[in-house]
Amino acid sequence: MRNKQGINVYSHFISRLSKKKPTSEPARHARRALQNVNHRSLSNTVLTLSVAFLFLPLAVTVIYSFNRAKGMVWNGFSLGWYQKLFFGSEKLWTSFGNSIIIAFASAGLSTALGTLAAIGVNWYRFRGRTYIQTISFLPMVLPEVIIGISMLIFFSAVNVPLGMLTIFIAHTTFCLPFVFLMVLARLDEFDFSIIEAAHDLGASEKQTLFRVIVPAIMPGILSGFMMAVTMSLEDFVITFFVSGPGSTTLPLYVFSMVRYGISPVINALSFVMILGTMFIAFLLRNFLKNIAASK
Amino acid sequence: MSRQKLLASRNYGIPYSFPMGIWFSLFFLLPIGIIITYSFMKKGLHGGVLWQPTLDAYAQMLNPSYGRLFIRTLQVTFISTVLSIAIALPCGYAMARSKMQTLLLFLIIIPFWTNSLIRINAWIAILGNEGFINETLRKIGLIHESLPLLYNQSAVILVLVYMYLPYAILPIFTAMDKFDFSLLEAARDLGATKPQSMFKVLLPNVRSGIVTAIIFTFIPIFGAYTVPLLVGGKDSYMIGNIVVDQVTKVRNWPLASAFSMIITVVSTAGVLWMMGTSAREAARSKAALGKQDGAL
Repeated sequence: MRNKQGINVYSHFISRLSKKKPTSEPARHARRALQNVNHRSLSNTVLTLSVAFLFLPLAVTVIYSFNRAKGMVWNGFSLGWYQKLFFGSEKLWTSFGNSIIIAFASAGLSTALGTLAAIGVNWYRFRGRTYIQTISFLPMVLPEVIIGISMLIFFSAVNVPLGMLTIFIAHTTFCLPFVFLMVLARLDEFDFSIIEAAHDLGASEKQTLFRVIVPAIMPGILSGFMMAVTMSLEDFVITFFVSGPGSTTLPLYVFSMVRYGISPVINALSFVMILGTMFIAFLLRNFLKNIAASK
Repeated sequence: MSRQKLLASRNYGIPYSFPMGIWFSLFFLLPIGIIITYSFMKKGLHGGVLWQPTLDAYAQMLNPSYGRLFIRTLQVTFISTVLSIAIALPCGYAMARSKMQTLLLFLIIIPFWTNSLIRINAWIAILGNEGFINETLRKIGLIHESLPLLYNQSAVILVLVYMYLPYAILPIFTAMDKFDFSLLEAARDLGATKPQSMFKVLLPNVRSGIVTAIIFTFIPIFGAYTVPLLVGGKDSYMIGNIVVDQVTKVRNWPLASAFSMIITVVSTAGVLWMMGTSAREAARSKAALGKQDGAL
């Protein structure tokens, strides 16, 4: 075996000759052994910078939410904007209430529909299976503007007044594909013989569904549900088209804040919302890989 | 196998999948169908359409100003997508080889899930005339007049990359995570240079992830609305903004529908390409490994 110094000397010698193409196999090994010290450093640097890039704007808003003054000139620490957020922004909290109602309702329905469909698609081969898979994929990739506009035109064509109901329908539609994919991913890890055992032991399809399948894939269902809640709470573009008077959601309210004059209350709100996001992501920590895969 | 046996005895596929299929047909396909129909109709006076088939909307689209807008949209989309993918590739690689994957995913997903308007607002607070950068530079005396960092094309591209970078990183990470990195070692042992091992071994194996990443950045950026509206100037309007203006302000629904058609056709083509790629990929790996699993 060569000692460390030996490799150094050797590879130094090699590197001087490295312009000459054919190098012997041990020479290549030696050179790479040396390179491995800082191997992957480029990709790690890019990753670090990217994470910094993703967090920097958020950090700036959070820091300035504690600024006493209004602008971006630091003027001393204050919790004034938080006080205004929690005690002086009634409209904001009304819109938050609307958002919560819609989020849980549409997440609930999309979880129910998506879970059933995922079970069907995962275990059975039937006519229309490809249709189901394709159709569940499209809303995920079409730009939000298109989904929003098509829904707006659809609702006005069938004379449904815009409001909470139309937002609920639209949110269920764009949450469904994600729940479907999350549950599908969970089903892939599922041991199919359990179902067979249940059937062999005389369980009906309904009993199998509620006593065996659903409990077994509960983590997948719950994470799908939480993701649907997050996406519904987050959506602005689609909601923008299908909302009517009196159905302002939180993102719509934030939009009007951003568009028509920035109040630092929005910085305070940002911090609260980032904390909320972190909380949800923490709840879903075991499913982050599935979430990444469904994107 | 047990699966086949069950398939033979009873098949509940349709009743299970039926509700979701109906929902999508009613609230996704039908609205898209209506848009397609409307794009061939005559414009109504106050929104809506008159039921007279015409190609007016498509003729209006031939207006050169729309042509310029379309090209600019493609340019911005192309630049932002290429930047996102170029950044996402090393990121996905580093994440896949990292021992702290959950933490890193957490770090990528948090900004990703934070409300998009909150993130746009953060950039306005940083780049604006009275924003963080300008105020800081003024304070240390480097500038007196504000730098015009916001409301231009570069700001739009910067913020678009910021918004859609996670969309690019996540699928690339997923694909790289499944890659067997000892193959890289093998390639190097067999005499490949580092770039060779990357381009000839790693990238072809994560191709489906890269395609997914391109689709998930290109399509939403192509239809972007909020970012050009809030951080762009009048000259950085994109096709999404025109569509929305046609719907809400001008109320020319056939024209808006025709524009939507274009975006939909471009997106659907992308999806078909992606599904084709993953199907081919699946077929190839199935042939290679003799594995039997057709699930998506």
